[in-house]
Amino acid sequence: MSSAADDQFYREYILDHYKNPRNFGRLENPDISHEEDNPLCGDVIGMDFRVKEGVIEDVRFHGRGCAISQASASLLTERLKGLPLEDAKKINKADVLGELGIDISPARIKCALLSLKVLKVGAYGLAGDAMDEEE
Amino acid sequence: MIKTFDVTTIRKDFPIFQTGIAYLDSANTSQRPHQVTGAMMEYFEKFNSNIHRAAYRIAEEATERYEGTREKVRDFINATSTKEIIYTRGTTEAINLVAYSWGRKNIKQGDMIVLTVLEHHSNIVPWQILAAERGATIEYVDIDERGELLQDQFRALLERSPKLVAFGQVSNALGTINPAMEMVAAAKAAGATVLVDGAQGAPHQGVDVRALGCDFYAFSGHKMLGPTGAGILYGRRELLEAMDPFMSGGDMIKTVRLEGTTYHDLPWKFEAGTQAIAEVIGLGAAIDYLSELGMEAVRSHEREITEYAYEALSEIEGLTVYGPPPSRRAGVISFAVEGIHPHDLATIADRDQVCLRAGHHCAMPLMTRLGVAATARASFYIYSQKDEVDRLVGSIKEAQRIFK
Repeated sequence: MSSAADDQFYREYILDHYKNPRNFGRLENPDISHEEDNPLCGDVIGMDFRVKEGVIEDVRFHGRGCAISQASASLLTERLKGLPLEDAKKINKADVLGELGIDISPARIKCALLSLKVLKVGAYGLAGDAMDEEE
Repeated sequence: MIKTFDVTTIRKDFPIFQTGIAYLDSANTSQRPHQVTGAMMEYFEKFNSNIHRAAYRIAEEATERYEGTREKVRDFINATSTKEIIYTRGTTEAINLVAYSWGRKNIKQGDMIVLTVLEHHSNIVPWQILAAERGATIEYVDIDERGELLQDQFRALLERSPKLVAFGQVSNALGTINPAMEMVAAAKAAGATVLVDGAQGAPHQGVDVRALGCDFYAFSGHKMLGPTGAGILYGRRELLEAMDPFMSGGDMIKTVRLEGTTYHDLPWKFEAGTQAIAEVIGLGAAIDYLSELGMEAVRSHEREITEYAYEALSEIEGLTVYGPPPSRRAGVISFAVEGIHPHDLATIADRDQVCLRAGHHCAMPLMTRLGVAATARASFYIYSQKDEVDRLVGSIKEAQRIFK
C-alpha cells in the first residue's frame, strides 16, 4: 500500500492546498465577484477580484467542494495575484490542469476546471456554454 | 417455486462480479443476471420482429413475450387487470405521463399539490412545471432529524384538501421507508389523488397496489435486475380510461381518419410508437428471478446486509450516517466522512474497485435540507455481501489516511 506522500493523485501539495487554501475568503467591495456551481455535485466556487490599472491587485475565493476543486482554485488564485488582466484572460484549461499536475479522469474534470470557469465567466463575461464547448 | 436464498449462488448468475468489483450502487441501477440478458438475447436471435402488427410466427412470439411481461407485472404488484399496467421508459416517464395526461385535465388554478422534501427530482420537477402552468401551489412535507417525514405536518396539509399527493415509498437518498399505507389512506380520506413513486420500493420490498390503495404507482425495471429503458406506470383503470394519451402516433390508435382519430383501448392507448420490446422481455425475466427468490427473502437479506454495513460504518471515527435507524431503512446508507468530500471518497474507493455513489442523488432539495452539498451513498441488493462492505470500510480508512 502506498503512503500518503507518494499518492499519485492526492499528492502532498494538492492536499496542502485543500487543507490550507491560499487566498480563501471574501474581499470587501470587490470590483468583480462571481460564483459558479458544478451541477453534478452541487459544489460551489466564488471569486472576488480587486483590479487596479488593469492588474489583479487582490483575489479571494470561497465555496465548498472536493480536494480537486478547492486545490485547483487555490492554485489559480496564487497565479492570478498581481497578474495583468490581459494575461489572466489567456489562462486556459491546459494551464490549470498542468498546474494540478495529476491525471484527471473525465468524471473529475469539471471539479478541476470549476475555478477557471468562475474566472472566465465572471471576469470576462465569456459564456459558460462557450467554455463547455471548448472541452 | 421459491429458491433458497444463498448469496454465493445468486452471485454466480451475475457475470459482472467476475471483474472483481464491489458494487455498492444498486439504488442507482442494479446489476442484471444472465437470465435477463439471456431472455433479451433470445429475442434478438430467435424472434426479433415488431409486435402487434405482423401475421407471421416470430412476430406472434415477440408479441406474446412482450404482453406476457404485462401479466407478470400485474401479478408482481397485484393489480386487478393488465389494462392498468402501462409500459414506460422508467419511473421518470411514468410520473411525467401522469403529470401531463392526468394533471393537465385535473389540476386547476389554486389547487394544491403535496410532495415531500425526500423526493427524487423526477417526483418534483414534473409537478413544478404543471403547477406553474396551471397556477397551482405545491407544499412540501418536511423531515425530522432522522430523515423521517413529519406526519403531523402531512396531516395538517391534508386538511387543506390537496388535489394530488405524491411521495416515494422509499427515499433513494436516505433509505427512509415511509409509512406508505397510512399516508395513502389518509390522503385518500382527504379526497386527494395519490401517486406513489415506487422506484426504490418495488425492487426491494415489492408492493401490493390494491392493499396500498394508491391511484398511481411508478417504478423502473433497471433498479430491479431488468434492463434500462423499461419501466411501469400502474394506474387505476377508471382514471386511466378518463385520461388522454401522453404520446401519440403509431400503435396507440384504433382508427385514424383525416378528420380525426379514435384511440386504442387500455393499456395500448399510452404506448405510442415501436416499444422497447427486448427491454420489456428482459423485465419479465427480472420479475421471474425476483419471484423465485420471493420478495420477503429479498427484503430480509437487504435488512441483514444493511444492518451489518450500518454497524461497520458507524464504528468509523468521524463518519456520520444520515437517515433513520436500520430497522426503518431500506438498503441505502448515505454518509459523510469528516474532512473528506464525497467525491474524493468515491475516487479513492474506485481505486479499490469499490463502486460508491457521491453526489446529490437527484435530491437537491433534500441535500439543502440536510445542509450538505453531497453525500456518499452505499446501497445494496440481493447480491450484496459482507465482503463488499468490508472493502468499503477499507477504502474509507485509506481515504482517512491520505487526508489526515
